[in-house]
Amino acid sequence: MYIKSRITSNCTISKNVIYKNEVPVFENRGADLPAFLLSAYQNFGLNYPRFYKMDNLSKLGWLASEVLLKGSGIKHYEPEEAGIILSNANSSLDSDKKYIQSVSDIPSPSLFVYTLPNIMIGEICIRNNFKGEDAFFIFEKFDAAFFETYVSNLLENDVLKVCICGWVDVLDDDYKAVLFLVERQETEDGIPFSEKNLNNIFDNLIIDKI
Amino acid sequence: MPAVYLVSDNIYSPIGTTTAQNFERIKQGGSGIQQHNKLALSNGPFYASLFNHDEVKNHNSLNCSIFEDLLIESIEQSLSGIELDVTDDKTIFIVSSTKGNIGLLETNGSDPDLEERIAMHTSAKLVAGHFGFVNQPLVVSNACISGIMAILAGARLIQSGRYENAVIAGADVITKFILSGFQSFQAISAEPCKPFDENRTGITLGEGAATMVLSSNSKYADRIKVLGGAVSNDANHISAPSRTGEELCGAIKRTLSMAGLVSEDIDLLSAHGTATSYNDEMEAKAITLAGLSLVPANSLKGYYGHTLGAAGLIESIVSIQSLKQNLILPTLGFEKMGVSNPINVCTALTPKRLKTCLKTASGFGGCNAAVLFSK
Repeated sequence: MYIKSRITSNCTISKNVIYKNEVPVFENRGADLPAFLLSAYQNFGLNYPRFYKMDNLSKLGWLASEVLLKGSGIKHYEPEEAGIILSNANSSLDSDKKYIQSVSDIPSPSLFVYTLPNIMIGEICIRNNFKGEDAFFIFEKFDAAFFETYVSNLLENDVLKVCICGWVDVLDDDYKAVLFLVERQETEDGIPFSEKNLNNIFDNLIIDKI
Repeated sequence: MPAVYLVSDNIYSPIGTTTAQNFERIKQGGSGIQQHNKLALSNGPFYASLFNHDEVKNHNSLNCSIFEDLLIESIEQSLSGIELDVTDDKTIFIVSSTKGNIGLLETNGSDPDLEERIAMHTSAKLVAGHFGFVNQPLVVSNACISGIMAILAGARLIQSGRYENAVIAGADVITKFILSGFQSFQAISAEPCKPFDENRTGITLGEGAATMVLSSNSKYADRIKVLGGAVSNDANHISAPSRTGEELCGAIKRTLSMAGLVSEDIDLLSAHGTATSYNDEMEAKAITLAGLSLVPANSLKGYYGHTLGAAGLIESIVSIQSLKQNLILPTLGFEKMGVSNPINVCTALTPKRLKTCLKTASGFGGCNAAVLFSK
Protein backbone atom coordinates (compact mmCIF):
# COMPACT_ATOMS: atom_id res chain seq x y z
CA MET A 1 0.00 0.00 0.00
CA TYR A 2 1.20 3.52 -0.79
CA ILE A 3 1.99 5.29 2.47
CA LYS A 4 1.84 9.05 2.44
CA SER A 5 3.31 11.72 4.68
CA ARG A 6 0.54 13.79 6.23
CA ILE A 7 0.39 16.84 8.47
CA THR A 8 -1.77 15.43 11.26
CA SER A 9 -1.62 18.42 13.59
CA ASN A 10 -0.31 21.98 13.58
CA CYS A 11 0.14 24.73 16.13
CA THR A 12 0.81 28.43 15.63
CA ILE A 13 1.73 30.90 18.35
CA SER A 14 1.77 34.47 17.08
CA LYS A 15 0.69 37.91 18.30
CA ASN A 16 -0.37 36.51 21.68
CA VAL A 17 -2.80 33.99 20.20
CA ILE A 18 -2.34 30.20 20.15
CA TYR A 19 -3.98 28.25 17.33
CA LYS A 20 -4.38 24.49 17.20
CA ASN A 21 -5.20 23.27 13.69
CA GLU A 22 -6.01 26.85 12.68
CA VAL A 23 -8.50 27.34 15.50
CA PRO A 24 -7.70 29.83 18.29
CA VAL A 25 -7.42 28.01 21.61
CA PHE A 26 -5.93 30.73 23.81
CA GLU A 27 -5.23 34.43 23.71
CA ASN A 28 -3.84 37.00 26.11
CA ARG A 29 -3.48 40.27 24.26
CA GLY A 30 -1.36 42.98 25.79
CA ALA A 31 0.91 40.70 27.83
CA ASP A 32 4.66 40.82 27.12
CA LEU A 33 6.21 37.57 25.88
CA PRO A 34 7.29 36.06 29.25
CA ALA A 35 3.90 36.90 30.80
CA PHE A 36 2.06 35.57 27.77
CA LEU A 37 3.99 32.28 27.82
CA LEU A 38 3.39 31.84 31.55
CA SER A 39 -0.33 32.59 31.20
CA ALA A 40 -0.62 30.01 28.42
CA TYR A 41 1.26 27.43 30.51
CA GLN A 42 -1.16 28.02 33.39
CA ASN A 43 -4.23 28.11 31.15
CA PHE A 44 -3.50 24.65 29.75
CA GLY A 45 -2.97 23.26 33.27
CA LEU A 46 0.54 22.10 32.43
CA ASN A 47 2.73 20.84 35.24
CA TYR A 48 6.37 20.71 34.23
CA PRO A 49 8.81 22.46 36.57
CA ARG A 50 11.58 22.51 33.90
CA PHE A 51 9.46 25.10 32.06
CA TYR A 52 10.46 27.79 34.56
CA LYS A 53 14.18 27.26 33.88
CA MET A 54 13.88 27.61 30.10
CA ASP A 55 14.70 30.70 28.05
CA ASN A 56 11.95 32.34 26.00
CA LEU A 57 12.86 30.42 22.83
CA SER A 58 12.63 27.04 24.56
CA LYS A 59 9.46 28.04 26.41
CA LEU A 60 7.82 29.08 23.14
CA GLY A 61 8.87 25.95 21.24
CA TRP A 62 8.05 23.66 24.14
CA LEU A 63 4.61 25.22 24.64
CA ALA A 64 3.85 24.93 20.92
CA SER A 65 4.89 21.27 21.00
CA GLU A 66 2.59 20.60 23.98
CA VAL A 67 -0.39 22.06 22.11
CA LEU A 68 0.66 20.27 18.90
CA LEU A 69 0.92 16.83 20.51
CA LYS A 70 -2.17 17.00 22.74
CA GLY A 71 -4.60 14.33 21.60
CA SER A 72 -2.13 12.96 19.03
CA GLY A 73 -1.08 9.34 18.82
CA ILE A 74 2.55 10.20 19.55
CA LYS A 75 2.83 7.71 22.42
CA HIS A 76 2.38 4.83 19.97
CA TYR A 77 5.79 5.46 18.44
CA GLU A 78 9.11 4.10 19.68
CA PRO A 79 11.53 6.78 20.98
CA GLU A 80 13.90 6.23 18.03
CA GLU A 81 11.08 6.72 15.52
CA ALA A 82 10.33 10.30 16.60
CA GLY A 83 12.42 13.31 15.60
CA ILE A 84 12.44 17.09 15.50
CA ILE A 85 13.65 19.35 12.66
CA LEU A 86 13.35 23.06 13.43
CA SER A 87 14.47 26.38 12.00
CA ASN A 88 14.50 30.11 12.65
CA ALA A 89 16.19 33.35 11.58
CA ASN A 90 17.80 34.55 14.80
CA SER A 91 19.27 31.38 16.27
CA SER A 92 19.49 31.94 20.05
CA LEU A 93 20.29 35.67 19.77
CA ASP A 94 17.54 36.60 22.26
CA SER A 95 19.38 34.63 24.95
CA ASP A 96 22.84 35.47 23.58
CA LYS A 97 22.17 39.15 24.36
CA LYS A 98 21.17 38.28 27.92
CA TYR A 99 24.21 36.06 28.40
CA ILE A 100 26.70 38.69 27.15
CA GLN A 101 25.24 41.12 29.71
CA SER A 102 26.13 38.64 32.46
CA VAL A 103 29.72 38.26 31.20
CA SER A 104 30.85 41.68 32.44
CA ASP A 105 29.67 40.67 35.91
CA ILE A 106 29.73 36.90 36.54
CA PRO A 107 29.15 34.75 33.42
CA SER A 108 26.05 32.68 34.06
CA PRO A 109 26.18 29.00 33.12
CA SER A 110 22.40 28.77 33.33
CA LEU A 111 22.12 31.51 30.68
CA PHE A 112 25.02 30.16 28.58
CA VAL A 113 23.43 26.75 28.15
CA TYR A 114 20.53 28.36 26.27
CA THR A 115 22.83 30.11 23.77
CA LEU A 116 22.34 27.33 21.21
CA PRO A 117 19.08 27.04 19.28
CA ASN A 118 18.99 23.24 19.41
CA ILE A 119 18.64 23.33 23.20
CA MET A 120 14.94 23.88 22.48
CA ILE A 121 14.95 20.59 20.56
CA GLY A 122 16.62 18.93 23.55
CA GLU A 123 13.90 20.25 25.86
CA ILE A 124 11.11 18.86 23.65
CA CYS A 125 12.97 15.53 23.35
CA ILE A 126 13.36 15.27 27.13
CA ARG A 127 9.65 15.95 27.66
CA ASN A 128 8.47 13.38 25.09
CA ASN A 129 11.36 10.90 25.16
CA PHE A 130 12.10 11.46 21.45
CA LYS A 131 15.43 9.83 20.57
CA GLY A 132 15.38 9.94 16.78
CA GLU A 133 16.94 12.30 14.28
CA ASP A 134 17.00 16.01 15.05
CA ALA A 135 18.40 19.11 13.38
CA PHE A 136 18.35 22.89 13.62
CA PHE A 137 18.66 25.10 10.53
CA ILE A 138 18.88 28.89 10.15
CA PHE A 139 16.96 30.60 7.33
CA GLU A 140 16.13 34.21 6.66
CA LYS A 141 12.49 33.14 6.20
CA PHE A 142 10.57 29.90 6.72
CA ASP A 143 11.51 27.63 3.82
CA ALA A 144 8.58 25.28 3.22
CA ALA A 145 10.16 23.75 0.10
CA PHE A 146 13.24 22.73 2.08
CA PHE A 147 11.15 21.11 4.80
CA GLU A 148 9.07 19.21 2.29
CA THR A 149 12.25 17.82 0.68
CA TYR A 150 14.24 17.14 3.83
CA VAL A 151 11.56 15.73 6.12
CA SER A 152 9.97 13.64 3.34
CA ASN A 153 13.41 12.15 2.73
CA LEU A 154 13.76 11.18 6.41
CA LEU A 155 10.27 9.66 6.50
CA GLU A 156 10.49 7.84 3.17
CA ASN A 157 13.86 6.33 4.06
CA ASP A 158 12.55 5.10 7.42
CA VAL A 159 14.95 7.29 9.38
CA LEU A 160 11.84 8.56 11.19
CA LYS A 161 8.18 7.57 11.39
CA VAL A 162 6.99 10.82 12.93
CA CYS A 163 8.55 14.28 12.89
CA ILE A 164 7.85 17.63 14.48
CA CYS A 165 9.06 20.30 12.09
CA GLY A 166 8.66 24.02 11.62
CA TRP A 167 9.79 27.43 12.79
CA VAL A 168 10.35 28.91 16.27
CA ASP A 169 11.92 32.37 16.41
CA VAL A 170 12.25 34.88 19.26
CA LEU A 171 14.02 38.21 19.31
CA ASP A 172 13.00 40.62 22.08
CA ASP A 173 9.23 41.10 21.70
CA ASP A 174 9.04 39.68 18.18
CA TYR A 175 8.27 36.01 18.05
CA LYS A 176 6.53 33.36 16.02
CA ALA A 177 6.18 29.61 16.35
CA VAL A 178 4.57 27.33 13.78
CA LEU A 179 4.95 23.58 14.33
CA PHE A 180 3.74 20.71 12.18
CA LEU A 181 3.31 17.09 13.20
CA VAL A 182 4.13 14.95 10.17
CA GLU A 183 3.40 11.22 10.13
CA ARG A 184 3.65 8.40 7.62
CA GLN A 185 0.29 6.75 7.54
CA GLU A 186 -2.22 4.81 5.53
CA THR A 187 -5.27 6.80 6.63
CA GLU A 188 -6.53 10.10 5.29
CA ASP A 189 -6.12 11.96 8.61
CA GLY A 190 -4.83 15.49 8.35
CA ILE A 191 -3.70 17.13 5.13
CA PRO A 192 -0.94 16.27 2.64
CA PHE A 193 2.59 17.23 3.72
CA SER A 194 3.32 19.71 0.94
CA GLU A 195 5.09 23.01 0.46
CA LYS A 196 1.75 24.65 -0.31
CA ASN A 197 0.04 23.43 2.85
CA LEU A 198 3.04 24.33 5.01
CA ASN A 199 3.04 27.85 3.59
CA ASN A 200 -0.72 28.29 3.92
CA ILE A 201 -0.62 27.38 7.59
CA PHE A 202 2.55 29.38 8.21
CA ASP A 203 1.08 32.48 6.59
CA ASN A 204 -2.20 32.10 8.45
CA LEU A 205 -4.04 32.12 5.14
CA ILE A 206 -6.72 29.75 6.37
CA ILE A 207 -7.02 31.54 9.68
CA ASP A 208 -7.41 34.93 8.01
CA LYS A 209 -10.57 33.73 6.30
CA ILE A 210 -12.32 32.95 9.57
CA MET B 1 20.03 6.17 -4.17
CA PRO B 2 23.04 7.70 -5.89
CA ALA B 3 26.46 7.36 -4.25
CA VAL B 4 28.03 10.51 -2.83
CA TYR B 5 31.71 11.20 -3.51
CA LEU B 6 34.18 13.62 -1.96
CA VAL B 7 35.46 15.82 -4.79
CA SER B 8 37.81 18.00 -2.74
CA ASP B 9 38.38 19.37 0.73
CA ASN B 10 40.26 21.96 2.72
CA ILE B 11 41.24 22.54 6.32
CA TYR B 12 42.12 26.13 7.16
CA SER B 13 43.44 26.09 10.70
CA PRO B 14 46.14 27.61 12.90
CA ILE B 15 48.44 24.71 11.90
CA GLY B 16 47.98 24.96 8.14
CA THR B 17 45.95 26.42 5.32
CA THR B 18 45.58 23.27 3.21
CA THR B 19 44.53 19.72 4.06
CA ALA B 20 48.02 18.45 3.13
CA GLN B 21 49.76 20.99 5.38
CA ASN B 22 47.46 20.12 8.26
CA PHE B 23 48.06 16.39 7.90
CA GLU B 24 51.84 16.82 7.69
CA ARG B 25 51.89 18.98 10.82
CA ILE B 26 49.85 16.42 12.75
CA LYS B 27 52.10 13.58 11.55
CA GLN B 28 54.99 15.53 13.07
CA GLY B 29 53.05 15.89 16.33
CA GLY B 30 52.40 19.59 15.80
CA SER B 31 49.53 21.23 17.67
CA GLY B 32 47.89 24.63 17.38
CA ILE B 33 47.28 24.74 21.12
CA GLN B 34 49.28 27.36 23.02
CA GLN B 35 48.92 29.37 26.16
CA HIS B 36 47.46 32.82 25.53
CA ASN B 37 47.21 36.00 27.53
CA LYS B 38 44.48 37.94 25.78
CA LEU B 39 42.45 40.26 27.96
CA ALA B 40 39.88 40.61 25.18
CA LEU B 41 39.10 36.93 25.70
CA SER B 42 39.85 36.17 29.34
CA ASN B 43 41.19 37.84 32.46
CA GLY B 44 43.66 35.04 33.09
CA PRO B 45 45.92 32.94 30.84
CA PHE B 46 44.26 30.08 28.96
CA TYR B 47 45.15 27.39 26.43
CA ALA B 48 43.54 27.46 22.98
CA SER B 49 44.37 26.92 19.31
CA LEU B 50 43.87 30.38 17.81
CA PHE B 51 44.59 32.17 14.55
CA ASN B 52 46.64 35.31 14.46
CA HIS B 53 43.69 37.30 13.11
CA ASP B 54 46.02 39.78 11.39
CA GLU B 55 47.29 36.93 9.22
CA VAL B 56 43.86 35.83 7.99
CA LYS B 57 43.20 37.48 4.64
CA ASN B 58 40.53 40.14 4.98
CA HIS B 59 38.04 40.50 2.16
CA ASN B 60 37.62 44.21 2.65
CA SER B 61 35.50 44.79 -0.41
CA LEU B 62 32.82 42.55 1.11
CA ASN B 63 33.00 44.11 4.58
CA CYS B 64 33.60 40.63 5.99
CA SER B 65 33.89 39.58 9.60
CA ILE B 66 36.69 37.21 10.61
CA PHE B 67 34.12 34.37 10.59
CA GLU B 68 33.23 35.06 6.97
CA ASP B 69 36.90 35.55 6.00
CA LEU B 70 37.64 32.05 7.33
CA LEU B 71 34.75 30.52 5.40
CA ILE B 72 35.85 32.26 2.19
CA GLU B 73 39.51 31.25 2.53
CA SER B 74 38.62 27.61 3.14
CA ILE B 75 36.04 27.45 0.34
CA GLU B 76 38.41 29.15 -2.10
CA GLN B 77 41.10 26.56 -1.37
CA SER B 78 38.66 23.67 -1.77
CA LEU B 79 37.38 24.93 -5.12
CA SER B 80 40.76 25.71 -6.64
CA GLY B 81 41.68 23.26 -9.34
CA ILE B 82 38.43 21.27 -9.40
CA GLU B 83 36.56 20.85 -12.64
CA LEU B 84 33.15 21.26 -11.15
CA ASP B 85 30.87 24.19 -11.89
CA VAL B 86 29.35 24.95 -8.50
CA THR B 87 27.59 28.11 -9.70
CA ASP B 88 24.68 26.39 -11.39
CA ASP B 89 21.43 25.45 -9.70
CA LYS B 90 22.54 21.85 -9.15
CA THR B 91 24.76 22.91 -6.23
CA ILE B 92 23.69 23.56 -2.66
CA PHE B 93 25.93 25.62 -0.34
CA ILE B 94 25.81 24.60 3.32
CA VAL B 95 27.33 26.48 6.27
CA SER B 96 28.01 24.91 9.66
CA SER B 97 28.65 27.03 12.74
CA THR B 98 27.65 27.18 16.38
CA LYS B 99 28.07 30.90 16.99
CA GLY B 100 29.00 32.52 13.65
CA ASN B 101 29.36 36.28 14.11
CA ILE B 102 28.56 36.32 17.82
CA GLY B 103 31.81 38.24 18.46
CA LEU B 104 30.12 41.31 16.99
CA LEU B 105 27.98 41.52 20.16
CA GLU B 106 31.21 42.36 22.00
CA THR B 107 32.81 44.68 19.44
CA ASN B 108 29.94 46.30 17.49
CA GLY B 109 27.33 46.74 20.22
CA SER B 110 26.12 50.12 18.93
CA ASP B 111 25.55 49.06 15.31
CA PRO B 112 21.81 49.59 14.57
CA ASP B 113 21.82 46.67 12.12
CA LEU B 114 23.71 44.43 14.55
CA GLU B 115 21.03 41.76 14.86
CA GLU B 116 20.71 41.32 11.11
CA ARG B 117 24.52 41.37 10.77
CA ILE B 118 24.95 38.63 13.39
CA ALA B 119 22.30 36.36 11.83
CA MET B 120 24.00 33.37 10.23
CA HIS B 121 21.83 33.56 7.11
CA THR B 122 23.39 37.00 6.50
CA SER B 123 26.90 35.49 6.56
CA ALA B 124 25.82 32.59 4.37
CA LYS B 125 24.27 34.90 1.81
CA LEU B 126 27.36 37.13 1.74
CA VAL B 127 29.71 34.18 1.20
CA ALA B 128 27.35 32.61 -1.36
CA GLY B 129 27.32 35.88 -3.32
CA HIS B 130 31.12 35.98 -3.34
CA PHE B 131 31.35 32.55 -4.97
CA GLY B 132 28.28 32.88 -7.16
CA PHE B 133 26.25 30.08 -5.57
CA VAL B 134 22.74 30.59 -6.88
CA ASN B 135 20.55 28.56 -4.52
CA GLN B 136 19.58 29.81 -1.10
CA PRO B 137 22.27 28.56 1.32
CA LEU B 138 21.43 26.13 4.10
CA VAL B 139 22.82 26.93 7.57
CA VAL B 140 23.20 24.18 10.16
CA SER B 141 23.56 25.26 13.79
CA ASN B 142 23.20 22.25 16.03
CA ALA B 143 25.88 22.62 18.73
CA CYS B 144 28.96 20.44 18.44
CA ILE B 145 27.48 17.99 15.93
CA SER B 146 26.89 20.79 13.38
CA GLY B 147 29.77 19.75 11.12
CA ILE B 148 28.71 16.11 10.83
CA MET B 149 25.09 17.17 10.44
CA ALA B 150 26.08 19.50 7.59
CA ILE B 151 27.87 16.64 5.81
CA LEU B 152 24.82 14.42 6.29
CA ALA B 153 22.45 17.15 5.11
CA GLY B 154 24.56 17.63 1.99
CA ALA B 155 24.71 13.90 1.28
CA ARG B 156 20.95 13.50 1.81
CA LEU B 157 20.03 16.45 -0.39
CA ILE B 158 22.23 14.96 -3.12
CA GLN B 159 20.69 11.51 -2.64
CA SER B 160 17.17 12.94 -2.77
CA GLY B 161 17.99 14.03 -6.32
CA ARG B 162 17.30 17.66 -5.49
CA TYR B 163 20.98 18.60 -6.03
CA GLU B 164 24.01 17.05 -7.67
CA ASN B 165 26.73 18.83 -5.67
CA ALA B 166 27.16 20.28 -2.20
CA VAL B 167 29.79 22.73 -0.95
CA ILE B 168 29.85 22.34 2.83
CA ALA B 169 31.86 24.82 4.88
CA GLY B 170 32.15 25.19 8.64
CA ALA B 171 33.87 27.69 10.90
CA ASP B 172 33.84 29.11 14.41
CA VAL B 173 35.82 31.92 15.99
CA ILE B 174 36.71 31.82 19.70
CA THR B 175 35.37 34.94 21.39
CA LYS B 176 34.98 36.03 24.99
CA PHE B 177 31.33 34.97 24.70
CA ILE B 178 32.29 31.36 24.00
CA LEU B 179 35.34 31.08 26.26
CA SER B 180 33.62 32.66 29.28
CA GLY B 181 30.64 30.34 28.80
CA PHE B 182 32.74 27.19 28.90
CA GLN B 183 34.73 28.69 31.81
CA SER B 184 31.45 29.29 33.67
CA PHE B 185 30.75 25.57 33.26
CA GLN B 186 34.20 24.79 34.72
CA ALA B 187 34.74 22.90 31.49
CA ILE B 188 38.05 24.44 30.31
CA SER B 189 41.21 22.45 31.00
CA ALA B 190 44.03 24.33 32.76
CA GLU B 191 46.49 22.59 30.40
CA PRO B 192 46.18 21.33 26.80
CA CYS B 193 43.30 18.83 26.70
CA LYS B 194 43.96 15.12 27.32
CA PRO B 195 41.26 13.09 25.56
CA PHE B 196 40.33 9.77 27.22
CA ASP B 197 43.22 10.20 29.67
CA GLU B 198 43.02 9.41 33.36
CA ASN B 199 44.06 12.97 34.24
CA ARG B 200 41.84 14.83 31.78
CA THR B 201 40.20 17.92 33.23
CA GLY B 202 38.23 19.42 30.37
CA ILE B 203 38.26 20.89 26.91
CA THR B 204 40.60 23.23 25.07
CA LEU B 205 38.89 25.47 22.53
CA GLY B 206 40.13 26.02 18.99
CA GLU B 207 39.46 28.10 15.90
CA GLY B 208 39.28 26.67 12.43
CA ALA B 209 37.44 26.35 9.15
CA ALA B 210 37.01 23.47 6.76
CA THR B 211 35.21 22.68 3.52
CA MET B 212 34.08 19.53 1.75
CA VAL B 213 32.80 19.42 -1.81
CA LEU B 214 30.50 16.44 -2.40
CA SER B 215 29.00 15.22 -5.66
CA SER B 216 27.01 12.36 -7.12
CA ASN B 217 28.76 12.85 -10.48
CA SER B 218 30.11 9.44 -11.48
CA LYS B 219 33.36 10.91 -12.79
CA TYR B 220 34.38 11.07 -9.12
CA ALA B 221 33.55 7.39 -8.50
CA ASP B 222 37.16 6.60 -7.60
CA ARG B 223 37.12 9.08 -4.71
CA ILE B 224 36.24 8.66 -1.03
CA LYS B 225 32.55 7.90 -0.56
CA VAL B 226 30.15 9.17 2.11
CA LEU B 227 28.32 5.95 2.97
CA GLY B 228 25.77 7.53 5.30
CA GLY B 229 25.18 8.61 8.82
CA ALA B 230 22.66 9.18 11.56
CA VAL B 231 21.72 11.56 14.36
CA SER B 232 20.11 10.75 17.70
CA ASN B 233 19.05 12.55 20.86
CA ASP B 234 19.62 11.43 24.45
CA ALA B 235 16.30 12.88 25.70
CA ASN B 236 18.03 13.08 29.06
CA HIS B 237 19.75 16.41 29.83
CA ILE B 238 20.42 19.66 27.96
CA SER B 239 24.08 19.99 28.93
CA ALA B 240 25.20 16.60 30.28
CA PRO B 241 25.67 13.54 28.09
CA SER B 242 23.69 10.31 28.35
CA ARG B 243 24.50 8.12 31.33
CA THR B 244 24.57 4.98 29.23
CA GLY B 245 25.83 5.99 25.77
CA GLU B 246 22.92 4.02 24.27
CA GLU B 247 21.77 6.90 22.08
CA LEU B 248 25.18 7.57 20.47
CA CYS B 249 25.45 3.79 20.05
CA GLY B 250 22.04 3.89 18.34
CA ALA B 251 23.28 6.49 15.85
CA ILE B 252 26.39 4.39 15.16
CA LYS B 253 24.36 1.21 14.65
CA ARG B 254 21.92 2.91 12.30
CA THR B 255 24.85 4.32 10.32
CA LEU B 256 26.37 0.87 9.93
CA SER B 257 23.10 -0.79 8.97
CA MET B 258 22.34 1.89 6.36
CA ALA B 259 25.71 1.13 4.80
CA GLY B 260 25.14 -2.62 5.05
CA LEU B 261 28.21 -3.00 7.26
CA VAL B 262 28.90 -4.54 10.68
CA SER B 263 31.21 -3.34 13.44
CA GLU B 264 34.04 -5.61 12.21
CA ASP B 265 34.09 -3.65 8.95
CA ILE B 266 35.18 -0.42 10.65
CA ASP B 267 38.93 0.22 10.40
CA LEU B 268 39.22 3.58 12.15
CA LEU B 269 37.09 5.50 14.63
CA SER B 270 37.54 9.26 14.88
CA ALA B 271 35.91 10.01 18.21
CA HIS B 272 34.65 13.33 19.56
CA GLY B 273 36.99 12.99 22.57
CA THR B 274 36.55 16.46 24.06
CA ALA B 275 38.45 15.45 27.21
CA THR B 276 35.67 16.36 29.61
CA SER B 277 35.14 13.68 32.20
CA TYR B 278 31.54 12.97 31.18
CA ASN B 279 31.84 13.13 27.39
CA ASP B 280 34.74 10.70 27.10
CA GLU B 281 33.15 8.31 29.59
CA MET B 282 29.85 8.32 27.67
CA GLU B 283 31.60 7.91 24.34
CA ALA B 284 33.63 4.94 25.54
CA LYS B 285 30.40 3.29 26.74
CA ALA B 286 28.73 3.92 23.37
CA ILE B 287 31.75 2.63 21.44
CA THR B 288 31.79 -0.52 23.58
CA LEU B 289 28.02 -1.05 23.19
CA ALA B 290 28.41 -0.72 19.43
CA GLY B 291 31.04 -3.47 19.41
CA LEU B 292 33.84 -1.10 18.39
CA SER B 293 36.03 -1.21 21.50
CA LEU B 294 38.89 -2.91 19.63
CA VAL B 295 38.79 -0.61 16.60
CA PRO B 296 41.73 1.83 16.52
CA ALA B 297 40.31 5.12 17.79
CA ASN B 298 41.62 8.63 18.16
CA SER B 299 40.56 12.10 19.16
CA LEU B 300 42.11 15.03 17.28
CA LYS B 301 41.26 17.64 19.94
CA GLY B 302 44.89 17.65 21.15
CA TYR B 303 45.93 19.15 17.79
CA TYR B 304 43.07 21.56 17.11
CA GLY B 305 41.23 21.99 20.38
CA HIS B 306 37.45 21.83 20.10
CA THR B 307 36.65 23.78 16.94
CA LEU B 308 32.87 23.63 17.58
CA GLY B 309 30.96 24.03 14.30
CA ALA B 310 34.06 23.22 12.27
CA ALA B 311 35.06 20.16 14.30
CA GLY B 312 32.99 17.57 12.44
CA LEU B 313 34.38 18.76 9.11
CA ILE B 314 38.02 19.22 10.19
CA GLU B 315 38.16 15.86 11.95
CA SER B 316 36.40 14.05 9.10
CA ILE B 317 38.84 15.47 6.56
CA VAL B 318 41.89 14.52 8.67
CA SER B 319 40.50 11.00 9.09
CA ILE B 320 39.90 10.74 5.35
CA GLN B 321 43.60 11.61 4.87
CA SER B 322 44.34 8.74 7.25
CA LEU B 323 42.32 6.44 4.96
CA LYS B 324 44.14 7.70 1.88
CA GLN B 325 47.60 7.34 3.42
CA ASN B 326 46.84 4.16 5.43
CA LEU B 327 48.14 5.87 8.52
CA ILE B 328 46.42 6.12 11.91
CA LEU B 329 47.21 9.25 13.92
CA PRO B 330 47.95 9.17 17.65
CA THR B 331 45.75 10.89 20.23
CA LEU B 332 47.87 13.82 21.39
CA GLY B 333 47.50 14.35 25.16
CA PHE B 334 46.47 10.77 25.93
CA GLU B 335 48.78 8.79 28.22
CA LYS B 336 46.85 6.41 30.46
CA MET B 337 43.36 4.95 29.94
CA GLY B 338 40.91 7.05 31.88
CA VAL B 339 37.51 5.66 30.89
CA SER B 340 35.80 2.73 32.60
CA ASN B 341 35.09 0.92 29.30
CA PRO B 342 38.58 0.72 27.76
CA ILE B 343 38.69 1.50 24.05
CA ASN B 344 41.60 1.14 21.63
CA VAL B 345 43.04 4.68 21.81
CA CYS B 346 45.92 5.08 19.34
CA THR B 347 49.10 6.45 20.84
CA ALA B 348 51.56 6.27 17.94
CA LEU B 349 51.63 6.84 14.19
CA THR B 350 50.49 3.44 12.95
CA PRO B 351 50.61 2.32 9.31
CA LYS B 352 47.65 0.03 8.58
CA ARG B 353 45.56 -0.81 5.54
CA LEU B 354 42.39 1.20 6.01
CA LYS B 355 39.16 1.14 4.05
CA THR B 356 36.49 2.66 6.29
CA CYS B 357 36.37 5.37 8.92
CA LEU B 358 33.57 6.26 11.31
CA LYS B 359 33.41 9.81 12.68
CA THR B 360 31.25 10.58 15.72
CA ALA B 361 30.33 13.62 17.81
CA SER B 362 27.99 14.62 20.60
CA GLY B 363 26.88 17.99 21.89
CA PHE B 364 24.73 20.17 24.11
CA GLY B 365 21.04 19.58 23.71
CA GLY B 366 21.68 15.82 24.01
CA CYS B 367 22.57 15.42 20.33
CA ASN B 368 24.77 12.67 18.84
CA ALA B 369 25.89 12.08 15.27
CA ALA B 370 27.85 9.54 13.24
CA VAL B 371 29.04 9.56 9.63
CA LEU B 372 30.83 6.85 7.69
CA PHE B 373 33.43 7.24 4.94
CA SER B 374 35.06 4.60 2.78
CA LYS B 375 37.58 4.22 -0.02
